[in-house]
Amino acid sequence: MKLETRKIETDILIIGGGTAGCFSALTIGENSNAKVLIVEKSNIKRSGCLAAGVNALNAYITAGETPNSFVDYVKEEFDEIIREDLVYTIAEKLNKVTEKIEKLGLPILKDEEGNYVSRGKRSIKINGENIKPILASAVEQHKNITILNRVNIIDYIVKDEKIIGAYGFSLDDNVFLVIKAKAVICATGGAAGLYKPNNPGFSRHKMWYSPFNTGAGYAMGIRAGAEMTSFEMRFIALRCKDTIAPTGTVAQGVKTPQVNSYGERYVFSYGKPTTPMRIFATIMENQNGSGPCYLKTKGIMKKTEDQLFKAYLNMAPSQTLKWIENNTGPSQENIEIEGTEPYIVGGHTASGYWVDVNRRTTLKGLYAAGDVAGGSPKKYVTGCFVEGELAGIDALKYIENVSIENISDTEIEKKKSELELFLNNSDDFYSVEELEEAMQKVMDEYAGGISSKYGYNKNKLNIALEKIDELITISRKLKANDLHELLFIYELLDRLLVCKVLIHHLKARKETRWKCYQENLDHPNKDDDNFKKYINSKYSDGKVDIIYRDLIGRDDLYEHKNR
Amino acid sequence: MSIRIDKDKCVSCGKCTDVCPGNLIYKDKNKKAFIKYPRDCWGCTACLKECGVGAINYYLGADIGGKGGYLYTEKDKDYLYWHIVNKDGEKRVITINKKESNKY
Repeated sequence: MKLETRKIETDILIIGGGTAGCFSALTIGENSNAKVLIVEKSNIKRSGCLAAGVNALNAYITAGETPNSFVDYVKEEFDEIIREDLVYTIAEKLNKVTEKIEKLGLPILKDEEGNYVSRGKRSIKINGENIKPILASAVEQHKNITILNRVNIIDYIVKDEKIIGAYGFSLDDNVFLVIKAKAVICATGGAAGLYKPNNPGFSRHKMWYSPFNTGAGYAMGIRAGAEMTSFEMRFIALRCKDTIAPTGTVAQGVKTPQVNSYGERYVFSYGKPTTPMRIFATIMENQNGSGPCYLKTKGIMKKTEDQLFKAYLNMAPSQTLKWIENNTGPSQENIEIEGTEPYIVGGHTASGYWVDVNRRTTLKGLYAAGDVAGGSPKKYVTGCFVEGELAGIDALKYIENVSIENISDTEIEKKKSELELFLNNSDDFYSVEELEEAMQKVMDEYAGGISSKYGYNKNKLNIALEKIDELITISRKLKANDLHELLFIYELLDRLLVCKVLIHHLKARKETRWKCYQENLDHPNKDDDNFKKYINSKYSDGKVDIIYRDLIGRDDLYEHKNR
Repeated sequence: MSIRIDKDKCVSCGKCTDVCPGNLIYKDKNKKAFIKYPRDCWGCTACLKECGVGAINYYLGADIGGKGGYLYTEKDKDYLYWHIVNKDGEKRVITINKKESNKY
């Protein structure tokens, strides 16, 4: 199969049409006439992790709280390893972006005085089933924003250490795309599917995070030599068993405790109940023979139960279906809970591009926003909006003095032949699915997956690295019979590279800072003397180099050097 | 985890193929929708909400405790109607006002 080359030019290219990408485009659209192109792997109307909807905005400054108290909270939850400067710049704007999404049509619950009703200190209740369609229609109204759906971006175009565009391919036509841009904003999702999932077989994609968020944005940056941060700070979600529906709706919304099978409230026995500690406590109870663990809902009022049915239909319909088809409900039985497999995601933890306060990456002309931007955990939906806005505003300034660069036909042909190689490979000894399952098995057993209760040691990580490298070599011989299979190959390649970087990060943090998220069994305790640092990395010629960086406070104005 | 598409009800409008976040829904030679990679379905139900004729239903895998029940949706400008059918064929409809915020 041969691909036809198509060239496109734009002022600002946004890769990924999710929360951060759409908000970035809106910001640019409202403040300039710059040409914006959003390129999305599926369709911005329902793509990514908000496809089903969301029923709370979990980053908001409620009455009595301040941006400073928000940063304090995030700092404590993550045992100080956060970029305070980044979290603060998000906290300052959380409420402004919330007002904006409400004006775009998002229903938010209000009290009699017209104030948003809070669900906790930093959360407000919304009817967010329609959040992606609302964003998509707002974006579509801007004449200077073009949307290219069903196109997969595979790599940045780099010239003289500057990002000048990106390569991609269409999922519908045999077209190889060369997109030239003055600036690029990466707003793809984080990485799911690295580890063996919670559910086997037919329900293997019943997971917390969108299985279609494959770490492409990270992988592109890694290959181009961008500095990355905190991949070892993995995220594991505490969820309703099997359906993987959120627990916050019940735990925070109805205010019910976590109990073990003897009805005991176990969380406080393990220390301060931070997000990772709630999972660790649940794992330990199961290990100690007191499982399964539950959210105690038995006995709640029928009215509450009916409202929970609705709340879950708005974001995780499988939970409501499960109750109703079993002729039961949370008022009759407690909800069993469990931890998911680990994910790499900058919206909940701190993994991602190493950025400055304007969300510039270490590569000139490249910005990162949302789940791919590192250093600022607990940004959630509203934090992604803020980062999209910050990146958009700075990108506008940057492009004032930048022109579109030329790319030689030889370089374009070289890249295109890489894709065609997969389409024309005759060796199909292994399938993508087999290699993907092999990768997940390696990560599960040797790099701290569910089967090893999230812990790992140096020797296991070395085995994992060796096996991941073998899989990277084998994967170059994969064969794609059509464009969708070509997409599967690139998703696997991206995941494997993210795995490799992740393992190096896990090895580099020779302490245990966050139970479950990062639990080094060779070093079971926290080591503030040596590891109150960010673990960063840069990749070149197949090698991952680790950089230990000092912490940055909320008043520090961090800027990249030599950029 | 997956959806089922009733080809008799499908009107070939293409709305479900547009919105699937995994690009998993394709059209067959008669332009009817079908799910090409059922094992890869995330269960997000985006396609159900787009389908205007109730041709798509969603069910739980037996491996996560499904018993053969399923759900499908109908909608109008202000409401989304979730039809939930249990294993014995009993139906229940839960109506959600799109503009009314949830309590939890």
